[in-house]
Amino acid sequence: MGPLLHDLLFDYTLRTVALGSAALGAVSGTLGAFAVLRRQSLLGDAISHAALPGIALAFLFTGSKATLVLVIGAALAGWVGTLLVMAVVNTTRVPEDSALGIVLSVFFGLGLVVLTFVQRRPTAAQAGLDKFLFGQAATLMMRDVAVIAALGSVTLVAVALFWKEFKLLSFDREFGASIGFPMRRIDILLTSLLVVAIVIGLQTVGVVLMSAMVVAPAAAARQWTDRLGLMVVLSAAFGALAGVVGALLSSTTRGVPTGPSIVLSVTALVAVSMTLAPRRGLVWNAVRHRRNRRRINTEAVLCDLYALAAQHDDPGHGHAIAVLRAMAGGRAGVQRTLEVLEQRGLARRVGSAGWALTTTGRREAVRILAERGTGR
Amino acid sequence: MSAADLEIQLIAVAVAAACALPGVFLVLRRMALMSDAISHTVLLGIVLAFFVVEDITSPLLIGAAALTGVLTVAMVETVYRTGLVKQDASIGLVFPALFSVAVILISRFAGNVHLDTDAVLLGELAFAPFRRLTVGGTDWGPRALWLMGGILVLNVAAIVTFYKELKLTTFDPALAAALGFSPAVVHYSFMTLVSVTAVGAFDAVGSILVVALMIAPPAAAYLLTDRLPWLLGLSAALGSLAAVGGYWVARGLDASIAGCMAGMTGVVFLACFLFSPQRGLVALARRRARQRVEFAELMLAIHLLHHEGTPEADEENRESHLHRHLRWAPEFVGRVVRRAESDGLVVSDDGDRLRLTERGRSAAVKALTT
Repeated sequence: MGPLLHDLLFDYTLRTVALGSAALGAVSGTLGAFAVLRRQSLLGDAISHAALPGIALAFLFTGSKATLVLVIGAALAGWVGTLLVMAVVNTTRVPEDSALGIVLSVFFGLGLVVLTFVQRRPTAAQAGLDKFLFGQAATLMMRDVAVIAALGSVTLVAVALFWKEFKLLSFDREFGASIGFPMRRIDILLTSLLVVAIVIGLQTVGVVLMSAMVVAPAAAARQWTDRLGLMVVLSAAFGALAGVVGALLSSTTRGVPTGPSIVLSVTALVAVSMTLAPRRGLVWNAVRHRRNRRRINTEAVLCDLYALAAQHDDPGHGHAIAVLRAMAGGRAGVQRTLEVLEQRGLARRVGSAGWALTTTGRREAVRILAERGTGR
Repeated sequence: MSAADLEIQLIAVAVAAACALPGVFLVLRRMALMSDAISHTVLLGIVLAFFVVEDITSPLLIGAAALTGVLTVAMVETVYRTGLVKQDASIGLVFPALFSVAVILISRFAGNVHLDTDAVLLGELAFAPFRRLTVGGTDWGPRALWLMGGILVLNVAAIVTFYKELKLTTFDPALAAALGFSPAVVHYSFMTLVSVTAVGAFDAVGSILVVALMIAPPAAAYLLTDRLPWLLGLSAALGSLAAVGGYWVARGLDASIAGCMAGMTGVVFLACFLFSPQRGLVALARRRARQRVEFAELMLAIHLLHHEGTPEADEENRESHLHRHLRWAPEFVGRVVRRAESDGLVVSDDGDRLRLTERGRSAAVKALTT
């Protein structure tokens, strides 16, 4: 870890890679939070695939491999793809997922066709375009990072400026329309920002896997909070963290492309979040579930004992555990539940095999039954 | 047209038809992007099986790939069932992760065998005729043709046999469950079929074309018909058309075959999107325009009825004054009046003063009283 940290700070290539990946992770994390909340997780997949013909055409027409040129081409193609999805969904009965799938595969296919033309150019300069399939962080230059950072800052500022509108769009579009906000235009603006967030990541993560950078940081962040502001910040932080970790793993390990490396890092974050997050996580839920079940079992046995005592003249009479088992529907663990009740001072043993309520136990049973509204 | 041309086209048609049939149900069940997920993750199955048998031609690879496809479906379902993420996010989380593992395994440990990621994404149909099926020294044709032909037959047989079950669980899952058909059993059996199809097609044409052929032709056919049997037939036909058309475009341009075929499915869908007789954009626009004129005719009839026999009728019921009273553009007034005349709703004695016919009067009264 020590040498890696040293390299991160002082090695030019690593520092560039880490900076670029962090920037794209933060931007895609921010916009991804909205996409996931609006159930548009897979829109990112369609946009990133749709960007391929834009990249290839931009190169074919300009002959330039400058990041800005390719990113503009990618953004235009991604934007056209998105608008086509919206048009198909709004005017026909074709379901949204089908429209996404068509745009994704058809645009990608067209991209491949254009790439075959690119490859036929005598300059053979297409070598640099291959990295757009699976991403190659190692080729990032400082001026690429500058482009990523500049475009990323513009999108982040836009999100900050239109925060209220985007929040409204994500949670209650109809209400927004009813108080006079132009929801359609806000929708197009937010989607356009998503397009920008995706295309700036293509060079590093690649077309095929960029969608994960939209979905995963947001899905991880969602587990930790119910507040939009915190979720967006967390999502950006997770995206940046995964970007740095993934890019570094890829740069320092032979034969590990950057895209898959970043995706696996961010997937690990999601797995940890889904398992451990307080209140929503799987562990938390399992513990709560078990605690609830135990409480219900305990209360049931307590109430059964109370019901038995009510039918008997002597409240201190000991009742056989077999009767309690029968009342519990043959459930196992009645003995254990009784021992728990004894520890809590709610029940006591009578004789060798009998059980009865203590005074506190009776009071507790009355309270529970009253709470349930069935006070017998 | 050489023998190789013919064989490639036959393979392409078999792939297109085999993909379109299960694709219909994917589109109807709103699970279209499952095809995207499966066609990517089968790579992991192929890679893992390859590490075990170390033989790229082993049929075990196909079995492992199909199994991975079904596992993908199960994983998506499991992640979604936790209730922590929505279904679309669940797909978007599972398949990039599995695909990433496969890509890393390939580039780290299998870089020098014929298992490169480009071939996986793009496929290479042009080489399919070179891989022959030979039994006892006799050449039986390309392997891919037998494989995809077999999968096509399997799909047709499965859909014919379980047509009722598929139809019911697709259109009314609640009724299907109430009648005792287990939606889970049908779902997983169907997804196994999708997975097997995706694996076979993926081997021949690459994962992107699998997605294009599974979704675009059924979605296009969905704009043409409301009957499930027609939908199935049309999807297979449109898919085959796109595949063959794409092949010749690729030949003409000397470009990627899979890319051109995928592009062609897009062209087919776009054509249906624009020109479908019932649901195309052109038909929609024409229907809207017609409805606008029909509504205006009725308004005109009601306007005439309203002022009929009143002192101001002479002023109100003139074609040259209508644009002021009804607030219509003058040329629109002309169009509506001509149309109303030819429909026999109004007549004009001097070319300006309008009078309702008996038919026009009853149309206006009917519109006002219903």
